Amino acid sequence: MIESLLNKAKRVCQQAEVFWVTSQNTDASFEANRLKSVETRQGRYLSLRIVKDGRIGYSSTNKIDNADEILQMALDVAKFGAVAEFELPSLQSYPNVEVYDDNVNQVSIEQMVDLGNTMIAAVRDHNAEVICEAGVTKNAISVTLLNSNGGEASYNKTSFSLGVEGLLTRGTDMLFVGEHESSCRPLSDVSKITNTTIEQLERAKETASPIQGQLPVVFTPRGVAIALISPLVIAYNGKNIVQGSSPLVGKLGKSMYTEELSIYDDATINYRPGCRICDDEGIPSRRTPLIEHGNVANFLYDLQTAGMAKAQSTGSANRGGGLPSPSPSTLVVAEGTTSIEDVIADMKQGLVIEILMGAGQGNTIGGEFGGNVLLGYKVENGTIVGRVKNTMVSGNIYSTLKEGVIIGNTSEWVGGALQTPSVYCPSLPVTTQS
Amino acid sequence: MRELIADALKGHNADYVEIRLEDSKSSRIQYRGRDLEDIGQSTGSGGNVRALVNGGWGFISFNDPDELRVKVELAVKQAKLVGNEKSVIARSDPIVDIVPLDLRKDPLAVSLEDKKSLLDEYIDVIWSTPNIQTSTVGYGDSFKKVVFANSEGSYIEQSRVDVTARITAMARDGSDVQQSGISIGSKGDFGAVEGIHQQVKDCAERAVQMLSAPKVKGGQYIVVLDPILAGVFTHEAFGHLSESDFVYENDRMRDIMVLGRKFGKPLLNIVDGGAVPGYRGSYKYDDEGIPSTKTYLIKEGVLVGRLHSRETAAKMSERPTGNARAINYSHQPIVRMSNTYIEPGATTFEEMISGIKEGVYAKNWYGGMTSMEMFTFSAGEAYMIRNGKIAELLRPVVLSGNVFTTLENIDAIGNDLDMNQGGGCGKGGQSPLPVSNGSPHIKIGDCLVGGS
Repeated sequence: MIESLLNKAKRVCQQAEVFWVTSQNTDASFEANRLKSVETRQGRYLSLRIVKDGRIGYSSTNKIDNADEILQMALDVAKFGAVAEFELPSLQSYPNVEVYDDNVNQVSIEQMVDLGNTMIAAVRDHNAEVICEAGVTKNAISVTLLNSNGGEASYNKTSFSLGVEGLLTRGTDMLFVGEHESSCRPLSDVSKITNTTIEQLERAKETASPIQGQLPVVFTPRGVAIALISPLVIAYNGKNIVQGSSPLVGKLGKSMYTEELSIYDDATINYRPGCRICDDEGIPSRRTPLIEHGNVANFLYDLQTAGMAKAQSTGSANRGGGLPSPSPSTLVVAEGTTSIEDVIADMKQGLVIEILMGAGQGNTIGGEFGGNVLLGYKVENGTIVGRVKNTMVSGNIYSTLKEGVIIGNTSEWVGGALQTPSVYCPSLPVTTQS
Repeated sequence: MRELIADALKGHNADYVEIRLEDSKSSRIQYRGRDLEDIGQSTGSGGNVRALVNGGWGFISFNDPDELRVKVELAVKQAKLVGNEKSVIARSDPIVDIVPLDLRKDPLAVSLEDKKSLLDEYIDVIWSTPNIQTSTVGYGDSFKKVVFANSEGSYIEQSRVDVTARITAMARDGSDVQQSGISIGSKGDFGAVEGIHQQVKDCAERAVQMLSAPKVKGGQYIVVLDPILAGVFTHEAFGHLSESDFVYENDRMRDIMVLGRKFGKPLLNIVDGGAVPGYRGSYKYDDEGIPSTKTYLIKEGVLVGRLHSRETAAKMSERPTGNARAINYSHQPIVRMSNTYIEPGATTFEEMISGIKEGVYAKNWYGGMTSMEMFTFSAGEAYMIRNGKIAELLRPVVLSGNVFTTLENIDAIGNDLDMNQGGGCGKGGQSPLPVSNGSPHIKIGDCLVGGS
């Protein structure tokens, strides 16, 4: 089907590309401490991108019986599509990136159910009043890409995810805790997830008295993922660079952040679910520095945005149901030199933030982050004394991630797509409702 | 097809089985700046089988509806792995119905070219505004036909057409970027996205003005919300609490959400209903084939109802409300809102702000989130209120607080109910589900506003 569609398209277009994905997914979900349902999904997705008279046409479907209809839909669009600023790649050589493990396919539903029950039992063993939801998921996808310039790529990828979320309710007071993890290989050890969850419960045992003002704040790796990553990354998207809407336009090579901060986008790490041999346009995967020692190092491009910016694609094309668009693959924040535990021990008064609710809702392209501290703790004289409530924190990465920020010296994977240490910000505005 | 489905549903050792088949067609156009970023058309089809055995659910989804009987067997087998108690779902009489498409101006009858020219007009309006850096203008429409059948004899065909448009204007001064946006949506009426040139112009001008606007000083304020933001508040802060799947198996949540509990002052009435006609959250039957209803959640400040699937209704010994919805065939129906709003009161906007010495008037929205107890939402536009008058424009503000105390703090409700149809709701990985929400202007006596 995909070869014949490409051949049909080639006859009437200057360039054509077929992208074909099939997927299989099994999900065991737990509600109110017990198994609720088992779901299996089969899916497929075919998309056709063409360049006709210099303009881009696009269509997609999961109905694969009618190549003519798919081509016609793309041709309709190409009449007034954007002007193509790229040549599709010819046959490339790809790096070796391991993202498939057949053992994932071999995990039985019964084993998945056991993992879920083990996570819930561990958390409830610590506190029987916690009500848990949990999920255990396995996925397998197969990707094939063919284009009219001889470009060709195909790979299989598996992934396996575990997650637990606990809710502790007292009166109308609610405490949410939890952790999740994913890998391209089966996960059988739930202890990292349950230990993190139990540590959250312990740290949040007491409710601390409210604090406000300009305060030092530590974002844990989970806190970094929620609060800081989206404003940091949106500015590197080639689309925002081409449009001039990124605050980093014209700042390539310039120092914008503390010297201690380095961030890489790396699509080549073995067994990480965001990694792969090539991007969704067949450009080989690579490791791209975004920030090196505080300097803006590179922006993320796919073929079209690279063409518009007179730059090279960074192998960052991703498809989310439409035309490819640049986005990061797997982000790695380089470790600093200071122990965050020591920083907390030296803190007179401040916050440690795990979950900042609503952080990505504001003006992220302007660098802003802010929200309600859904899970965070108060530090008093170097010790975590309890959970804070009714507290808001806000900031802007361009004024915050400067001198005085400390990057921790031990990093953690957060949900399989980000590796980061904790980050200390010396002064952020904190407001509280009395 | 109907016979094939009926055959597939016969003679299984399950307490309940349902089949949902879907066929869809959609188009979208997305501009970034003056560049056409994405334009495309898609078709899709798929289906699922959901089975209940001994209280456990099995679910499978697929693209090809062949061998339905085998698929049903597989779902039943999965359900057996899960279940270990008695199955309980609310009773429902079998319904056989073919629901006609509710259309005013069919977007599928408008050519892609005409849709594109309409967006081009809006883009010209934005770019004729001085100091605009860039914009995003997006349009999407979809047609979906869903066939539902269950082992109790129901067979329902329903179709819907959904239209959305999202427009954002961005202004920049050095590394300072400000944006302002509009979201519009409709069930079945392309007309809703036509003729909004003035709104687009105002939006672009506001983005530029925000560059020179001050930030609000963080703290507690008297806050007045416009109908759009108050609608988002109603949806986020209270609506999600009314979804019984958070409540029915959690005794402590049941205590919190006990019917008869006082949530607000007697002036507060909150409704949800798929049976309220004409909005994006309107439908005749939900994805379990249950007729939609109009449900009072809060009446005169007191909790009187909640939203149910068949399972949550039965387990709480209440009636199903027709709120089990699935975003598409690859998901199980879960308890969702439909059209959620605060009923209008008697206060005019002028009366509402007249007594406020210092406060914040927050309008429009970027987004909202809730953890049930706590909520946070972002206003796209905000002004200070000083001495009973709207004063200076502010940078966008983030409002946050405790749901229970904030609902109690609503002390005035306007007479100007307006529904916001531009939003989509996310829950359990199913997003964006078409919903609408609305409210008149409301005044909250005390609300936390984040700022510098």
